[in-house]
Amino acid sequence: MSGPSTSALALSPHRVYAMVLRYIYLLRSSWTRVLDLIYWPAIQLFVWGFLQHYLALNSGFFARAAGMFIGAVLLWDILFRGQLGFSVSFLEEMWSRNLANLMFSPLRPIEFVAALMVMSIVRLAIGMIPVTILAIVFFGFNLYGFGFALAAFFLNLLLTSWAVGIVVSGVVMRNGMGAETLAWTIMFIIMPLACVYYPVSVLPAWLQWISWALPPTYVFEGMRALVLDQTFRADLMITAFALNLVYFAIAVTVFLALLRSARRIGSLLQSGE
Amino acid sequence: MPAIPAIEAENLTKVYTSKGKATVAVDAISFALAPGTVTGLLGGNGAGKTTTIAMILGLVEPTSGHARVMGADMPHERYRVLHRMNFESPYVDMPNRLTVEQNLTVFGRLYAVEDLRERIVAIAKQLELSDLLDRPNGKLSAGQKTRVSLAKALLNRPDVLLLDEPTASLDPDTADWVRSHLERYRAEQNATILLASHNMAEVERLCDRVIIMKRGKIEDDAAPGVLLARYGRDNLEDVFLDVARGRGEFGRGEAAREAAQ
Repeated sequence: MSGPSTSALALSPHRVYAMVLRYIYLLRSSWTRVLDLIYWPAIQLFVWGFLQHYLALNSGFFARAAGMFIGAVLLWDILFRGQLGFSVSFLEEMWSRNLANLMFSPLRPIEFVAALMVMSIVRLAIGMIPVTILAIVFFGFNLYGFGFALAAFFLNLLLTSWAVGIVVSGVVMRNGMGAETLAWTIMFIIMPLACVYYPVSVLPAWLQWISWALPPTYVFEGMRALVLDQTFRADLMITAFALNLVYFAIAVTVFLALLRSARRIGSLLQSGE
Repeated sequence: MPAIPAIEAENLTKVYTSKGKATVAVDAISFALAPGTVTGLLGGNGAGKTTTIAMILGLVEPTSGHARVMGADMPHERYRVLHRMNFESPYVDMPNRLTVEQNLTVFGRLYAVEDLRERIVAIAKQLELSDLLDRPNGKLSAGQKTRVSLAKALLNRPDVLLLDEPTASLDPDTADWVRSHLERYRAEQNATILLASHNMAEVERLCDRVIIMKRGKIEDDAAPGVLLARYGRDNLEDVFLDVARGRGEFGRGEAAREAAQ
């Protein structure tokens, strides 16, 4: 047996690994779950890819901005699927009524969150790597051509997706499956404000303030600068990273507060509606 | 120096508040369970048994009072003792798509069980699960699932085991088999077991002590033989009905108050 530690923040890699293993077993047991990871990003890619192709044939600007929409849709999927990968892994515990088993095991909340973060990356890799290859084959768009910029985009989008996923999981844990819809829809509130497909400048001035408070906005602006002007905007990435650190810290604090509240109202034992 | 109780409740109270209305689920109960004992927690639906167990597990925070396990205040000091405890309930499932072996592997790793592979083989043999190890949990019968949950609960050789209706929905033969296994486990490990049950025969057979709850309070608390003599009954079922219906000299909590004095 491992020696006891009283700290809720003590992190044990073997318990994180145990939880990752649990989700890997689950993915291995269900090919439909794996297919689902690839299906929607591929559909999105083809819809936006063909639209981009059509516009490029009819507009000089879009011909010059080749790949802008495809780049946007792929980065959007990193944000959306990253959050979904986190939240759905958590929802699996609610669907299988296993949450109580985990919550009275030695698993710390921080280890649970760490395992969900790892699974978010695993699920993203399963879904996005085939789709980025399809983008090269069908539309000649190589996301990996962004080089170091892609790493900066990826890190920032992933951090935002985790922050949102942590809060969503906390709300579902505290309020039950009635709040499950949040996991599927919350990112679409961010979408118009993060300016995925258009520059921030098209928004009304008052809305631009809100837009610039969202880290993904900096990533999508950075992506457009790279595609249109061949310029890597490090300043945008640093600002996004700083904002992400703040949001991530807030998300973890909110999650722990929701967990405490769940213990007070008894919702950990009854993980239904 | 007296031994630290394996489980202790001290004025343990839980009040749930919803839409401004307060419901007292557990009302200032106190008891201490010595190490190596088996105690039955009896009571009708809504008596507060599950909430009491949940507070001992650290899943529910008491409104006031304390729940302690091996001296650790729950839920604040839970990480001192959670690796030495476990729980089984038909109302908490294990992932259905994972095989029995995968489930036991995941929980064995969470509890840092040493020589996990050997432990899984051994416990599967004890609980007659060897042929089911590669079967998904969702494809098992109710009785098989209960044995898997029991295997999970015993995997880390817990010093304190909490069971919430461990034989609910089992046929009499399987239920008897589970009880025999629990008796063996208690004898071999000197484990402390707290058992919530509606099955009086089960409690009479397994328990050294019985705590009867009603509307969140302890109505009576004694050894099964003492309760039978006190109420002049032949079986615990009749004692339970006397308490539930407020009949007899010791109904309405008099006995508990007398014992406390």
